[in-house]
Amino acid sequence: MERSLTHIALFAALVAILGLVPQITLATGVPITAQSLGIMLCGTVLGARRGALAVLLFLALVATGLPLLSGGRGGLGVFVGPTVGFLIGFPIAAFVIGWLMERTTLPVGLAAGAASAIGGIAVLYLFGIAGMSVMLDKTPAEAAMLTGAFLPGDALKVVLAGFVTQAIARMRPGALLSRA
Amino acid sequence: MLTLTSPVETPLHRLPAGAKLAALAAFTVVLFWLKSPVALALALGGVVALHVPWGAAFTTHAARMLRPLWPFVAVVAAWHLWIGEAAAGAAVILRMVTAVAAANLVTMTTRLSDMITVLERLAAPLAPLLPPRRLALAFALVIRFIPTLAARMVQITEAWRARSPRRPGWRVLVPATLAALDDADQAAEALRARGGAE
Repeated sequence: MERSLTHIALFAALVAILGLVPQITLATGVPITAQSLGIMLCGTVLGARRGALAVLLFLALVATGLPLLSGGRGGLGVFVGPTVGFLIGFPIAAFVIGWLMERTTLPVGLAAGAASAIGGIAVLYLFGIAGMSVMLDKTPAEAAMLTGAFLPGDALKVVLAGFVTQAIARMRPGALLSRA
Repeated sequence: MLTLTSPVETPLHRLPAGAKLAALAAFTVVLFWLKSPVALALALGGVVALHVPWGAAFTTHAARMLRPLWPFVAVVAAWHLWIGEAAAGAAVILRMVTAVAAANLVTMTTRLSDMITVLERLAAPLAPLLPPRRLALAFALVIRFIPTLAARMVQITEAWRARSPRRPGWRVLVPATLAALDDADQAAEALRARGGAE
């Protein structure tokens, strides 16, 4: 019980930290942060239910006015902005990633990478593009072009999610709650 | 930790948080229902008018919070000028900026503690699934552990720099995640030793 609660809270904090610390600018000039990698790790490490709860807790703190989203964004404004679809997609992506992790029997690293690609790119972009198409009054195809700039960064994060999850499985086998 | 609440004390700070949130929700619904650029420009004017009396520092803070929107404004403006539907483009841009500015205004004038109280009240119907005390404990844990994890991240990065001339980059991720897992286990033990989460 306590362990479940502290893991959810600590991963919510981890998602926040990853949005603040390492910012890399890709060759295309699009800045990427590790925040969505944090969302992927919530799913691959904590599993479906706990992972989604950790992300929801993180979003609740953002809504209350803490500047925890990448780039120091936060508050209620981000929930009516053009990128709201991604915020709605975050907990769902974590849930899908965790659900896939819990069910597949693939080796941990490969499973984490594949689950992150499906949840963290396919599912997340579905919500992100839908949100952008509503908020900016564009067709989904036009909105998809706007989000395309982030794709190389997210592909990189999928690979990293696989590596990090595999390293954790090796160093703390008991901590990988998605496979417990 | 810094919050987005404005340090400039305004009369809006003294309004009850629940009322401000309800007003914001109603205002946002109306914005998405309005179609004419003129009406939306008036709405934006109204929101701006609610910022100006509180001084330059407050207005600058608000303008800074709108910065992530400008790339979207630029893209939408360019697109609509290209297809020759300037009025529709103006409506989209005005609606987006007004909605975000109004929401930011509520965030800037409501203290974190008041906002959390409202959130706990909204979560009250979920009490059988999610005991309010557990929610409050989860909030406190995250707020407490963000600076702890951030400090840990700096330590890990510095330790890497001491050992290698290369940039640490993604290599800090594994130790950072392990630190979060270990801290979670220790916090769980500490909670249990003090009588558990209930």
